[in-house]
Amino acid sequence: MSSDIRFTDFKSDKQPTWCPGCGDFGTMNGMMKALANTGNDPDNTFVVAGIGCSGKIGTYMHSYALHGVHGRALPVGTGVKMANPDLEVMVAGGDGDGYSIGAGHFVHAVRRNVDMTYVVMDNRIYGLTKGQFSPTSREDFETSTSPDGTHQQPVNPLALALAAGGTFIAQSFSSDSQRHAEIVQEAIEHDGFGFVNVYSPCVTFNDVDTYDYFRDAIVDVGDEDFDHDPSDYDAAKDLILDRDKEYQGVIYQDDSSVGFEEREGVTEPMTDIPDGAPDDAMDLVREFY
Amino acid sequence: MPEDLNWAVGGEAGDGIDSTGKIFAQALSRAGRHVFTSKDFASRIRGGYTAYKVRTSVDRVESVVDRLDILIALTERTVDENLDELHEDSIIIYDGERTMMKDFEAPGETTGLDVPLKALAEDAGGAIMRNIVALGAACAVTGFNIEYLDESLEKRFGDKGEAIVENNKKAARLGAEYVEEEFDLTTPYDLETTDNDYVLLNGDEAIGMGAIAGGCRFYAGYPITPATDVMEYMKGRVENYGGVVVQAEDELSAINMALGAARAGARSMTATSGPGIDLMTETFGLIATSETPLVICNVMRSGPSTGMPTKQEQGDLNAMLYGGHGEVPRFVLAPTTIAECFHKTVEAFNLAEKYQLPVYLTADLSLAVTEQTFEPDEFDMDAVEIDRGKVVDEDNIDEWTNEKGQFKPHALTDDGISPRSFPGTTDGAHMSTGLEHDELGRRTEDTEMRVKQVEKRDRKVETAREREDFDYREFGNEDADTLVISWGSNEGPMLEAIDFLEEDDIDVRFLSVPYIFPRPDLSEEIEAADETIVVECNATGQFADLVEHDALSRVKRINKYNGVRFNADELAEDIKAELGETTEVEA
Repeated sequence: MSSDIRFTDFKSDKQPTWCPGCGDFGTMNGMMKALANTGNDPDNTFVVAGIGCSGKIGTYMHSYALHGVHGRALPVGTGVKMANPDLEVMVAGGDGDGYSIGAGHFVHAVRRNVDMTYVVMDNRIYGLTKGQFSPTSREDFETSTSPDGTHQQPVNPLALALAAGGTFIAQSFSSDSQRHAEIVQEAIEHDGFGFVNVYSPCVTFNDVDTYDYFRDAIVDVGDEDFDHDPSDYDAAKDLILDRDKEYQGVIYQDDSSVGFEEREGVTEPMTDIPDGAPDDAMDLVREFY
Repeated sequence: MPEDLNWAVGGEAGDGIDSTGKIFAQALSRAGRHVFTSKDFASRIRGGYTAYKVRTSVDRVESVVDRLDILIALTERTVDENLDELHEDSIIIYDGERTMMKDFEAPGETTGLDVPLKALAEDAGGAIMRNIVALGAACAVTGFNIEYLDESLEKRFGDKGEAIVENNKKAARLGAEYVEEEFDLTTPYDLETTDNDYVLLNGDEAIGMGAIAGGCRFYAGYPITPATDVMEYMKGRVENYGGVVVQAEDELSAINMALGAARAGARSMTATSGPGIDLMTETFGLIATSETPLVICNVMRSGPSTGMPTKQEQGDLNAMLYGGHGEVPRFVLAPTTIAECFHKTVEAFNLAEKYQLPVYLTADLSLAVTEQTFEPDEFDMDAVEIDRGKVVDEDNIDEWTNEKGQFKPHALTDDGISPRSFPGTTDGAHMSTGLEHDELGRRTEDTEMRVKQVEKRDRKVETAREREDFDYREFGNEDADTLVISWGSNEGPMLEAIDFLEEDDIDVRFLSVPYIFPRPDLSEEIEAADETIVVECNATGQFADLVEHDALSRVKRINKYNGVRFNADELAEDIKAELGETTEVEA
């Protein structure tokens, strides 16, 4: 790790193919700033993503990265961190990736509490398949596959995380770049699973959950006059279940959290193994006498 | 006097059948006798029929036979299920006080020994030990020294305290004494003991042991019969070497965790059975195209769908060879014996890392759950070599970067094998993707690069064919006109079938093939034979299809797909039938 790392060191020389104005630009920049600010460099960082607009992030960042299959980024991140706890692992996904096809993995990653950071670019729509509703779309949201509304309740991802025993639950807005980067940084610094749901507007297909909408709706729980204590579980629960407002900031954090890899006793990278069987390997055979 | 003893304990699931059988098998193994076990179990926790069979001899035993000499029957159904295998000298040990055996009468010429198992167990300290009483009775019937049983009981119950061990020893003795005092038996059995030290283990355990010895440090899996033993073996052991076992939420997660760990530089494995392989197939493609070394163990059971979870089949060969959309190279290894499960697992990790691709390691249910005795040095740990392939570090990574200093994880090379940099390696940062990619690993739809990357991945197979020894194991008479080929657990029964056939003056040459892909070319062997017969446990002859494809020649097929493995005498009869030499015709 080097101390003179700048966030641009995490940028690749590939130009993003996201639509001009896409919220994902801001989301990614904040992730890169947070990584640099926490003293990481591209060679000790592993970024995992799935499929969709969010899945492209590994291509535009410079680090060790895997662009996997749809919905399975969290298990990959879990494997990376368990095999090498020295790495900074960041998993990125979209609302479809994380709360639809990957919803099962989300719940289990949260309860497993591996020390990694999960950033979800939530634009409440399927962008790359050109505008179908997503699991976070509003019930009355009209799209190509929901011409008279989705008729489905939107998922409350923060509530899912809280119910699953989340130890760090936060929300940010990609356009509020300073706060977004701060919040992701806190997620990285959290010992355990740091979950950040990022409002990352889709300027092409979602004309409801727009920049203007979020700018007006957002309430920052970090504001002094808001006076929120993230360690207060009941207060966090009330905020999370209040769906009339859009909250930004660290909603809930358990400071006593310990990562799964540490609880499982994994302390060293599993990269170094002997050239042959372990010295005492015949003991494994003798067990069968 | 029979050369080998065939013994079984049967009852309902939940009767402790498995542990009873295991205790007896271990006692025989410790007495220096060869043991081969087989399990008949239903897919339920309690109730249903379940049995544990033990065949033992001073000579090596490789299969089950159609003969039962001693049967501990805890239910009447146990007797019914094994009626065909009982003979006039068979002895059935049962408890007439047990409700379901109240009106039992030993069938045919067999001898029934009514032993009050439960009552004697209670005298020894608890009804739960009634199976141990039965084991003691079996020792008395066979003249087997009960002290070997003591050792086995100490091993089994040692953790539970001296009192429990002593009670069990007492229970066994009460069983033995009852038989000696109450029955006037002259049995033809003579369980000779030897000074040989044997170990007794099953295929799943051998795979787990091979994984740890072969440097596997990360295991993620989801419980599924009959692969779960691999996970249970590794849990609690791999941690001693800095590794970890993660029980995932499903198979999709398991294989993706394993993928993550492999990319992080760990030797990584998952194990599952057919239905799990189906779920893993999408990620399998990602593993192959991202050129990630991973061992995927498929312990096959009867399919399709949920099929028969506790029954034998070798029906997943096509799924492993062809599963997944698009085309990607993969290796498929299929050990043919329990000891080979160990060696092939070590080899699977080396092949995965040397050629940077997913390796299917497949055992069938019979191989996985069967226990067999081996000399410990058949698991020669000194012979284990670990080859991690083309891993680059800080010192030589420059050779694999472009003019901008970017690392090329998919560099186009003559042998098709690219360099690997473990995360953490300075200047090695790169991305991997399931999208078609260039040498840097970045998405491309460039037609030329697409062709080059496809050919590069395929080239690894040719390289492996040049560098590795994908050979078969040969048995029988090298000059015989009849050639028999099999894969997986059929080797054991086939070895004994060869002896049966010899008794009828039928010579066969037998090839057991542990590599499905890449595999040895058997064209010359087939051409040299008058008849070729492929033996396998599936209905359509998936391996026979491959053999025909390779040799451009028709083969005969012996297929068994009723959920039960071949036994030796049956297989010999099947081969005779294929050759037009049935016993019935001769008689």
